[in-house]
Amino acid sequence: MEVYGYRLPKAAALLVWILLWEIVGQYELLLLFPPFSEVILALPQVLGTASFLEAGRITLVSYLTGLGLAIVVGVALGLFMGLVKRADQVVNMWVNIFLSAPLSALVPVIMILFGMGVPTVIVTVFMFAVWIIALDTRAGVLHTSPSLMEMATSFGASRWQRLRIILLSALPEILAGIRLGVIRGVKGVVIGQLLVSIIGVGALFSLYSQNFLMTHFWALILILFFFALGLAELVDRLEARVEYYAGSRT
Amino acid sequence: MPSDHSANAPIAGVTSRWAGAVTDSPLALKVLSLALLFAVWELAARTNFNWAFPGFLDTMAALWEMIADGSMGAAYLRTLEPLLIGLAISLGIGVTAGVAMGLRNDVEWLTLPIFITMQAAPMAALIPLITFVYGIGLASKVLAVCMLAMPVIAINSYKAVRNVSPSLLDMSRSFMGSRRQQIFMIILPAASPMMFAGIRLGVAEGFSGVVLAELLITPTGIGDLISFNRSVAKFAHMYAAIFSIVALAVITVSLLHRLEVTLFRPEKRAST
Amino acid sequence: MNMTRQTADPASARPVSPAIIEVDGINKVYAGDVVALKDIHLEFNRGELTSLLGPSGCGKTTLLKIIAGLLEPNSGEVRVNGQPVSGPGRERAFVFQDFALMPWATVLRNAAFGLEVQGMAKAEREDRARHYISEVGLEGFEEKYPHELSGGMRQRVGLARALAVDADVLMMDEPFSAVDEQTRRKFQEDLIRLREIEKKTFILVTHSIEEAVYLSDRIVMLSPRPGRVSQIVTPKIDRHGDPEAIRRNTEYLDLIDEIWANLKGYVE
Repeated sequence: MEVYGYRLPKAAALLVWILLWEIVGQYELLLLFPPFSEVILALPQVLGTASFLEAGRITLVSYLTGLGLAIVVGVALGLFMGLVKRADQVVNMWVNIFLSAPLSALVPVIMILFGMGVPTVIVTVFMFAVWIIALDTRAGVLHTSPSLMEMATSFGASRWQRLRIILLSALPEILAGIRLGVIRGVKGVVIGQLLVSIIGVGALFSLYSQNFLMTHFWALILILFFFALGLAELVDRLEARVEYYAGSRT
Repeated sequence: MPSDHSANAPIAGVTSRWAGAVTDSPLALKVLSLALLFAVWELAARTNFNWAFPGFLDTMAALWEMIADGSMGAAYLRTLEPLLIGLAISLGIGVTAGVAMGLRNDVEWLTLPIFITMQAAPMAALIPLITFVYGIGLASKVLAVCMLAMPVIAINSYKAVRNVSPSLLDMSRSFMGSRRQQIFMIILPAASPMMFAGIRLGVAEGFSGVVLAELLITPTGIGDLISFNRSVAKFAHMYAAIFSIVALAVITVSLLHRLEVTLFRPEKRAST
Repeated sequence: MNMTRQTADPASARPVSPAIIEVDGINKVYAGDVVALKDIHLEFNRGELTSLLGPSGCGKTTLLKIIAGLLEPNSGEVRVNGQPVSGPGRERAFVFQDFALMPWATVLRNAAFGLEVQGMAKAEREDRARHYISEVGLEGFEEKYPHELSGGMRQRVGLARALAVDADVLMMDEPFSAVDEQTRRKFQEDLIRLREIEKKTFILVTHSIEEAVYLSDRIVMLSPRPGRVSQIVTPKIDRHGDPEAIRRNTEYLDLIDEIWANLKGYVE
């Protein structure tokens, strides 16, 4: 957008909102928002504590484990669905069900099965992330150009070589799915810990609310938000490197 | 365009051909896979690997019991309140904001970053904060639903408006259509399919939001059924409650999808 | 029959009949310093069909859109009936290369769109639309949707829509490029017939030399990088007889060869 001929960068709008936040906080217009500056000041206080480091460790471990599992299972499942029609007809329904279901409702069940600790959070992350990865992988596989496959067969490619071609051809979609899975996974790791509530960030949130520490609450939320957005940006960059051939696929 | 499965199916073998002969129609397959899942569920429970894991039949019996004695109905009446109010608000604000962002560059510059942040961020983290400030009543739950449902509705509406074929826009300009005519005769009809898809996704998120709200803020409605039955170890009833809300969400979203496909037939959606 | 040839020297170009559209010193530069059009001076005469011919990148569609008022030039002026214009107008109608039909509306509604925008009452505009729908040969298809029509039929709807608003000038942007060869030939013949009924001025963008020579009273040849007028050719071909005969006409065939020889230099 242009103002008086100067192009304003897109993210600059966020600065406007931060300014608004600061004003709302200083004049105590909305109880929900303490001044942004105070939240920033609370950041080191949150980051430095042992309980945060513990929560951070739990979050990272369960997130990366759950996401890793989701990627492996999701891509495999998506490949399976894309390649075997019968499997697709059966499994596709379930993948779509799990995509549109309120997964939070399943967390109590997961808690019963896996206990009130890190395993539950891992499974929650997995459940949140795996379906979109599977679905996007499937889409990528189905979009493999038939002429590309015919070409490979005509040159005598083996089954594994053809599979490799399919995977590479589907890579843009797979990465798109992983990006969405990364975001969903962060939601999963937060929701999991909130519902378990005695570990990780869930415990921290309880602690801050019991002690009326609004600024610390927001500081923790900001940290979580930056974590999520930073990860999404990373996958975005990765996607951009692979995108160059997405456009020229027939 | 999806490629033919036969062109690249390294795993097609004897079993798949046989299975193909037995069940040809997809509907039969769906029913079969449902039945399979329920059978596995029941069998898993029978092994007693976890004392808190009731089987499919027990869960269904508990479900029926709760419907019969009215507790399920009463619970849903409580749950639907924040859900419907939250969805209505999300729809109203979401679609309006999305269309506004699509039509005007200044609105886009100002509000799109907010929605994108809301979309990517774990908004659930804000629920304890909302509870902290606004208490454990209806307001917090409605806010929870809105926080989760609005971003996806807004962003989809925005994309829908921006993706209208430039050729169609040129065409309406060439016939001297005013901006207002362009918006109502070309942009909104052309954007409707994607907007509706966003609404469908928003409804799914809304269900998620209301469940989270009821489990995190204070148990009412379905959340209450789940929490209470867990606390008194009536696991069949707890599972039944979970099953019901998941089933309701899935059925609602599927119905919306059906509606979407009938209203916006794919051929009519293809540009020119 | 003879052919006259003029070079694009503004000083020596004299219109045969009063010009309905004058293009005066048009320049168009895209971001990145791509000069799409440089110093274009042209006149279009009432009742004539003029083709803008050239390879891709010569700016012919850009020029057409500037004349139509859909694009703004960086400098220069377009005058219609002597009056400068800067946007679309009732006297000019556009036919799009990709048809630009509303997929959710019937053929009738699409054809009547221009009239609907002008505020004409429903009964009246549907009447007019039906007339032009049958004129382009789509009678009976009024209630069909675009996805039920072939490419050629969709383009006819676009043409009916442009005819229905009764503009003086019809601009067509590669109107037959998105259909197959057989349909294209039929269209060209139909267009010649149509001109006998609708006495309008036509400006056509095409990359097909045959099409330009087949249809046009005047051919403006544009060369690329930067886009400028390189030659204006006036085929004098009698189009009143058998449409097939034109394609065997020696002047027609000779002119095609000549134009191709000239254009070869600009094709990559």
